[in-house]
Amino acid sequence: MNDELVIIGAGPAGLCAAIEASKNNLKVLLIDESDRPGGQLFLQTHKFFGSRHHMAGVRGFQIGNDLLKQASDYGIELLLNTIVWGIYPDKRVAFATEGEKKCSVIAQNILISTGALEKAIYFKGWTKPGVMSAGAIQHMMHVHRVLPGKKVLIVGSGNVGLIVAYQLAQAGADVVGVIESLSNIGGYQVHAGKIRRMGIPILTSYTIVEAQGTPCVESAVVAKIDDRGIIINDTELEVLCDLVCLAVGLRPFDELCRVLDLKMVYIPNLGGFVPLHNENMETSFNGIYVAGDVAGIEEANTAMDEGRLVGIVVAEKLGKIPTKKAGELKIQIRKRLADLRLGSFGSVRASGKAEIIKHWQ
Amino acid sequence: MLDKLPNDSNDGVLSLERIRALPGYPGKDRFDEGPVVVIECDEDIPCNPCEDICPEGAITVGEPIINLPCINPDKCNGCIVCISICPGLCMFVVHKNFSATESLIYIPYEMHPVPEKGSIVKGCDRKGEFACDARVEKTILIKKLRKTAILAIAVPKRYFEIVRAIKL
Repeated sequence: MNDELVIIGAGPAGLCAAIEASKNNLKVLLIDESDRPGGQLFLQTHKFFGSRHHMAGVRGFQIGNDLLKQASDYGIELLLNTIVWGIYPDKRVAFATEGEKKCSVIAQNILISTGALEKAIYFKGWTKPGVMSAGAIQHMMHVHRVLPGKKVLIVGSGNVGLIVAYQLAQAGADVVGVIESLSNIGGYQVHAGKIRRMGIPILTSYTIVEAQGTPCVESAVVAKIDDRGIIINDTELEVLCDLVCLAVGLRPFDELCRVLDLKMVYIPNLGGFVPLHNENMETSFNGIYVAGDVAGIEEANTAMDEGRLVGIVVAEKLGKIPTKKAGELKIQIRKRLADLRLGSFGSVRASGKAEIIKHWQ
Repeated sequence: MLDKLPNDSNDGVLSLERIRALPGYPGKDRFDEGPVVVIECDEDIPCNPCEDICPEGAITVGEPIINLPCINPDKCNGCIVCISICPGLCMFVVHKNFSATESLIYIPYEMHPVPEKGSIVKGCDRKGEFACDARVEKTILIKKLRKTAILAIAVPKRYFEIVRAIKL
């Protein structure tokens, strides 16, 4: 029997889709390239925002543990250490697993929930050892228990930069500061407030000019910029640090979407090119869905709900769940998603999502 | 080094003026009466666990979920349950008249090590700057608190709206 739903990427979106689909008796195959499912949830040591439905107040990794338990209770088939390298027009998913012979399956439906890639900014010395992305630092700290630097400069004040600053300080690093090229802090004030109370400065309208040191980073030069982004003369300052953390945004990890030549739309507020999709998260290719960051950069709560939505949509399509019941569930999830996209932070993403739907129509 | 630079506008710190204007911020009389929560939450983030967890129904977010939490200081008894659920770590319980000269401030604390009861630590303001010595009166670290410790620190009364953090 063909797998009714093959899910590529076992992060928050993929896991929730798998759980929701299995709950409705679908045969699911969940594939992930790492040795443990959960994606970025296991890098999130902070408590989540949101409502009771999103387990607000519970730490990300604990939500991850809870999802893994549910996945195992439903007996979801899981293929780890597996790289999906292609999807063919007959919905054959081609993959490679170390030491395994099986290398493809044909799926009735596919969910691409491959998450995001970190962006970088380029400056003199940016390839030196000691310049790292925020995700890499979190991975080293929380998965491998390695503190990658003692004195850290953070570039970017979105929630990722602010949270990583806090986590590095918890791990014992000296965070010398967070710099932000815009004139305002990008992330939540409460995240900024946490690190400010620890005495960590946040400097807006600042950029990194150079990472210095041989061969590793020993210092960084920062400078003030004007509102056009141009460095103001004589504001350069050398800051001692052995780690420069780049937290300058994410973009959808869209390789598999490109392989399939899915229609893409450019939505800057959602990270750049995003696969076109409808309200059921179905792409321009019938039976292929997207959810989570690959469908537009948001956050784990929206990823989980988009995943659940796909689980229900596919279950309904295959007749595993009555249309009326599916309709009710979809309304509940869409209401939660709408709630998560309220407010001055969420509404930016809401308008991006609305633009995608507009393109679809 | 970077902390010595002047910052223009938004440096992530809420001013006391702004905090005092937040919904339900306790008045002078209420602070004098006994322990009460202060919520230093000033953004329209979709988030409401404080409303759910308060056993006294003293915190209202309501609909839409981006409303700021509003305290009913008459219902709040300063029980501290909300401090550890807040993902923003922006809730504090203040007992202004802890003694004739001191206030007791309950703060969330997620660093290691957790200071011992009785130790003297540095009481810091919202910018992490030293304000006054603080004495650790209680350390509360139980499973229910989701790995966020709560410290009760005693500070001279005039700092009851100033000290919001400690350094060892």
